[in-house]
Amino acid sequence: MEDKISNKNSSKGPSRVDGRLKVTGAAKYSAEYALPGMAYGVLVGSTITKGTITSIDTKKAETAPGVLAVISHFNCPKVPGYDSADPAVKGPLKIFHDNKIVYNGQPIAVVVADSFERALFAAALVKAEYNAEKHHTNLKDNLTKAVAPHDDAVYSRGMPEAWKTAAVTVEQEYILPSEVHHPMELHAIIARWDAADKISVWDKTQGVKDTQSNIAKLFGIPVDNVQVHSKFVGGAFGSALQVWPHEVAAIIGAKVVKRPVKLVLSRADMATSVGYRPHTWQKIAIGASADGKLVGVVHEAAGQTSTFEDFAEGPSDVSRQLYACPNVSTSNKMVSLDIGSPTWMRGPGPATGTFALESAMDELSYKLNIDPIELRLRNYAETDPESGKPFSGKNLKDAYRLGADNIGWSDRSQTPGSVTKDGWLVGYGISGGVFGADREPVTLTATMMADGKLVLQTAVSDIGPGTATAMVAVAAETMDMPADKIRFDLGDSAFPAAPQQGGSTITSSVGSAVYMACRDLKEKFQQLIGNGGTDKPDYAKVLKQHNLQRLQVTADSKAGKEVDTYAMYSWSVHFVKVLVNPATGVVKLDKVTCVADNGRIISPKTARSQIIGGAIMGIGMALMEEAVIDDRYGRVINSNFADYHVPVNADIPQIEALFVNKPDYNINPIGAKGMGEISLIGMAAAVANAVYNATGKRVRDLPITPDKLI
Amino acid sequence: MEDDKSLLKPQQGLHPEDNSRRNFLKQSTLLTAVALTPVAAVKAAESHMDEKIAEAFEKLPLKMEVNGVAKSLQVEPRATLLDILREQLDLTGTKKGCDHGQCGACTVHVDGHRVNSCLTLGIMVNGKKITTIEGLAKGDDLHPMQEAFLKHDGFQCGYCTPGQIMSAVACIREGHANSEMEIREYMSGNICRCGAYPNIVNAIQEVKEGGIAV
Repeated sequence: MEDKISNKNSSKGPSRVDGRLKVTGAAKYSAEYALPGMAYGVLVGSTITKGTITSIDTKKAETAPGVLAVISHFNCPKVPGYDSADPAVKGPLKIFHDNKIVYNGQPIAVVVADSFERALFAAALVKAEYNAEKHHTNLKDNLTKAVAPHDDAVYSRGMPEAWKTAAVTVEQEYILPSEVHHPMELHAIIARWDAADKISVWDKTQGVKDTQSNIAKLFGIPVDNVQVHSKFVGGAFGSALQVWPHEVAAIIGAKVVKRPVKLVLSRADMATSVGYRPHTWQKIAIGASADGKLVGVVHEAAGQTSTFEDFAEGPSDVSRQLYACPNVSTSNKMVSLDIGSPTWMRGPGPATGTFALESAMDELSYKLNIDPIELRLRNYAETDPESGKPFSGKNLKDAYRLGADNIGWSDRSQTPGSVTKDGWLVGYGISGGVFGADREPVTLTATMMADGKLVLQTAVSDIGPGTATAMVAVAAETMDMPADKIRFDLGDSAFPAAPQQGGSTITSSVGSAVYMACRDLKEKFQQLIGNGGTDKPDYAKVLKQHNLQRLQVTADSKAGKEVDTYAMYSWSVHFVKVLVNPATGVVKLDKVTCVADNGRIISPKTARSQIIGGAIMGIGMALMEEAVIDDRYGRVINSNFADYHVPVNADIPQIEALFVNKPDYNINPIGAKGMGEISLIGMAAAVANAVYNATGKRVRDLPITPDKLI
Repeated sequence: MEDDKSLLKPQQGLHPEDNSRRNFLKQSTLLTAVALTPVAAVKAAESHMDEKIAEAFEKLPLKMEVNGVAKSLQVEPRATLLDILREQLDLTGTKKGCDHGQCGACTVHVDGHRVNSCLTLGIMVNGKKITTIEGLAKGDDLHPMQEAFLKHDGFQCGYCTPGQIMSAVACIREGHANSEMEIREYMSGNICRCGAYPNIVNAIQEVKEGGIAV
């Protein structure tokens, strides 16, 4: 029965405009362009964790068949951006720059050969000698070294210690292991020098413009001399928000061998070389009155970073504004370790922070004997507790109601471990999620062609959510024309400026630009038509009448005064029903319902998929994902899909994605806000809370593996 | 790494570190394969002639039918079917997601059965029929499974999609698509990090229930 309902849902609404290319294998990702004379690069990684390289024996590799070059810091051409950088300032790893080893697996050489097999074989022949130094990779052992990266990382209002005086208190530590993005597409780049000062790359990136300017800066050439192509990106989730060392290695390799070089990371490289969500320790102290009003919250966080780059998420920031509470203090710190740099991963900050806060709220609800939804409603923030500003749009109460009805919340027992079904313990859990709804500057052109087709162009990337599909929907509505006559071009640095696809900003930012461009274009047509225009212009006919080949407008869209007036967020609530086997500790998800309060839904089919997708990554966070470092050697030991578990089909039930779907016109003219982050944020706590409801066992260190429940 | 070395104890001349293929060729010809190795190769190996001559004997002929088209190639024995499809035949619809047989993105059909092409050496499919995602549609007419994935949004980024679709077709052919649970189980070799699993299940169920032969 359920299947039929879900079938109906998953087919509702227009399909993806680029879907046909994806189901036929015609969509080309970065490693899939066949350039004449292609060479292949394979990286060699450090086998120690900290120290210096004393020698690298490259002779065997250099004489192996097909090898064109072996490049290490001993013979690497100068990278101008590396040399001009202040060595005292921390920053991304400078590949092949010096003899220092700062993490295990750090690339120390690249072998370039005329085939992938030959490059891979020769890379295995490269042997380095090192002076190893004592390394530190364990977060817990080094927590005392935690420091705040900047002043904003520490916050307080009211009397931070007030929680201690409350009638009911919870004080607990929550641990999140390191998680790896692991998009299915391996990070890949094809680099080609078109002239002594001109570079083209086909690169996996979430922002072609940022990649373009970074490459230009590194290689000391004008920005316009760098072309970045990234038409299809096979997932990224934050891992492609910056130029990583392997991208620089490929560009260096291409320069040395004077051929295009394709460099595809291995799955093992993906675990060490393109960032991860930092392993984070958190402590929450929370106090409430007997009737469930929050008195005070103290939320501290400390996460891993590397020794060469400062990186700290803001996990504790959620405690500043998720609930109305007068006395709050939060801090986000980092611990420098001999590991690769972490980076933004889907829901950065709140994904980690809500696991702690929303678990603690759940613990509080049992101590108070108040239903967890009721507890949240009693502390509902009508205005932003941090800034005091009104919210641009918040309909979270609707979200609680929709989700509770859908999951069957009324069947939940307030007594943990009291409900069984066919020998399995049954439990329900809830958690909220929140993420800032920002609108970034976008320049976009809209061109009506002579044949009546509309072409929209801007340099945004699409890592999978369906940007083009949603943008075409906005254009079709604004221009009042069929979607199949609209093309949305993205993923090329030659197009007008757009932000990176990150932080759930694209529908709001680019969608607004599409709306503005189409509105202006339509207005131009009405002026051509004259006499106040017509309701539904025949654009091709008007162009022909006026002897025009095309009509183009450019829109510059950005946030306005509303950022001073409102606090702007997207919200989610996740509801989970679990079954836990009391003998084996196995957790099965029986039902998952996710409700998003993120303004107007532009593209129902892809919106639903994005919510489901984020929820599934959140389920992975809750139940299985954990990158493990063997501290004796400083090496990530589960850098493959057999050992680093991500959810597979058998782990996942049907998931309901519901939308409040109330436009937020305070934030932008299309009333839409992002949902990429909120789809994941909160899910881990929802699962943990459901497991507690089922078993009476509170797991505060993720993932919730069976051994923690038996 | 020191530990690794002591454990391996490579045989003289047979370990790749031990001065590469010339010695390997020489050893193997002398020990076992004199009758099978062309005299020229033995001479080339013994006289330390250029690697290029030696390597000429290291490629093997591979004949296979890919999407109904006969292919005749010379491939290194170590080249995987996946890399041959992607790098030599420019059939990039088949994806590399792990190269370890752990993610399913490289799934193709070999004589109608689903296999991980990253775990299949090219020379293992000599004389066989390969179907990749590019060979599933009939001209402009999508295969019913492709239509169903499109309709039910069985993907986001699209990278695992060709492997999912090839697996899904095989899943029905194998008779493993009789319930949602069975589909989930038999599709668990194909990872989707974007998390399109429920939609993938819906797509497969619709094709299965539609009763069209796949």
